[in-house]
Amino acid sequence: MSLGSCQSHGNDKGEQILPYKCCNGGMYQVIAGIISPVNDKYGKKDLVAARHRVAMARLALQTSDWIRVDPWESEQVQWLETVKVLRHHHRELLRSLPQKEGLDRGKAHPAAPTAVPELKLLCGADVLKTFQTPNLWKDAHIQEIVEKFGLVCVGRAGHDAERYILGLPILQKYQHNIHLAREPVQNEISATYIRRALSQGQSVKYLLPDAVIAYIKDHNLYTKDSSWKDNNT
Amino acid sequence: MENSEKTELVLLACGSFNPITNMHLRLFELAKDYMNGTGKYKVIKGIISPVGDAYKKKGLISAHHRVFMAQLATKNSEWVEVDTWESLQKEWVETAKVLRIWITSATCCKDLWEMCLGHHQEKLEASSCGNEQGSPVLERPGRKRKWAEQRQDFSQKKSLEPKTKGVPKVKLLCGADLLESFGVPNLWKSEDITQIVRDYGLICITRAGNDAQKFIYESDVLWKYQNNIHLVNEWITNDISSTKIRQALRRGQSIRYLVPDLVQEYIEKHDLYTSESEERNVGVILAPLQRNMAEANS
Repeated sequence: MSLGSCQSHGNDKGEQILPYKCCNGGMYQVIAGIISPVNDKYGKKDLVAARHRVAMARLALQTSDWIRVDPWESEQVQWLETVKVLRHHHRELLRSLPQKEGLDRGKAHPAAPTAVPELKLLCGADVLKTFQTPNLWKDAHIQEIVEKFGLVCVGRAGHDAERYILGLPILQKYQHNIHLAREPVQNEISATYIRRALSQGQSVKYLLPDAVIAYIKDHNLYTKDSSWKDNNT
Repeated sequence: MENSEKTELVLLACGSFNPITNMHLRLFELAKDYMNGTGKYKVIKGIISPVGDAYKKKGLISAHHRVFMAQLATKNSEWVEVDTWESLQKEWVETAKVLRIWITSATCCKDLWEMCLGHHQEKLEASSCGNEQGSPVLERPGRKRKWAEQRQDFSQKKSLEPKTKGVPKVKLLCGADLLESFGVPNLWKSEDITQIVRDYGLICITRAGNDAQKFIYESDVLWKYQNNIHLVNEWITNDISSTKIRQALRRGQSIRYLVPDLVQEYIEKHDLYTSESEERNVGVILAPLQRNMAEANS
């Protein structure tokens, strides 16, 4: 299965990439991970230009042999609902399948050559909670996400993923398609914290890849001035 | 406060580093920002001093691996480096003693900084520093070179900046677990604890500030020297303990992004942490416990 991760990606941090091993319980083989930075039109506070966020993600993933950035979502004319991004990537996934041979992604896949890869949405438990927020998600979209695609949800401190699932009937109905990956080592590096530390001139070394820190410095991102600008537009 | 009035500071972190993790490296960054931020200090160096094998902790793998991983981890750091002296000793060395040795060499080298202008460093090093018993400067040529480079930087800077006052201070950098380990019977000599907090100082990075403050409050000696114990808040829930790393490795789980890439690759290449390695020193009494209990009984 491919893990698609749609988040705003204010900047790249390590923990989103962690759950790979958590899900290899024997039922699935994860073949790819996709990071899909949100479109600028999303309008979230402190969101720097998509081209920067995509570039930083690319730098962060330089050394990864299975996770990649896909800028498609960020390049669209308008903000796209997550389900549309999932549909797009799933189409692309199917389109890229060789006709006769099995999956050719550099990984030997001895299983049935006709096996169709699944695409699941990867998120933190905090995102699961947002399904409850009125008007944030269309009900039909939530249903499509959990019914047709599926969710891989990584735990976060202070969030009870199981409780969120039980709290929403649509999630409860498809809970077999919501996989809760327990993070063996808790490592909460929030992008909000990173931005705050940067604007205060504090070190974020070892929280972000060095290449991303260098990029942020070279392009003068997340400084005190830029955050003032964002707050006042 | 101008640079001329700031105290130069060296941060020394002792520990198993079994293996070194991003959390260890973060301790240095957090401490540096905090101490520089007080306006009174200028952090000039961070030292990682991995413990020797004679410490006999359960699961402690060979010092040369732990040292090498720490060196890989600090490859891209401009100010944090690894010191191998402690790891090379045949007997376990008390942390207070490691600090004492660093103070001595810092004092010694500061005199040299005052004296030399970058021309006669080698000669002065050989003559002045060679007399200290077990002086780290003498025994490790690699480190001597680094100190020499440091002096060169400083002497070049000196022509532009006013002199910084005093000898560089060395403070012990640690997490809350070390602070609270002061309470474990026979783990620390009480005079060592006193010396550490009275003469050197502690920089303790903690997520649970209240617990640490409470611990200080409940100890007479820590309370007395509380001004010399700097508690630095770590707002990020960063639970990357070496123990959990080793556990993840035994379970075939990824440690990517929890330790520097080079360290992860090294561990994988040498298959360092297994169920077997975790069994090392099982049934053996930890060196400080053994030593302190023996002294108590003698």
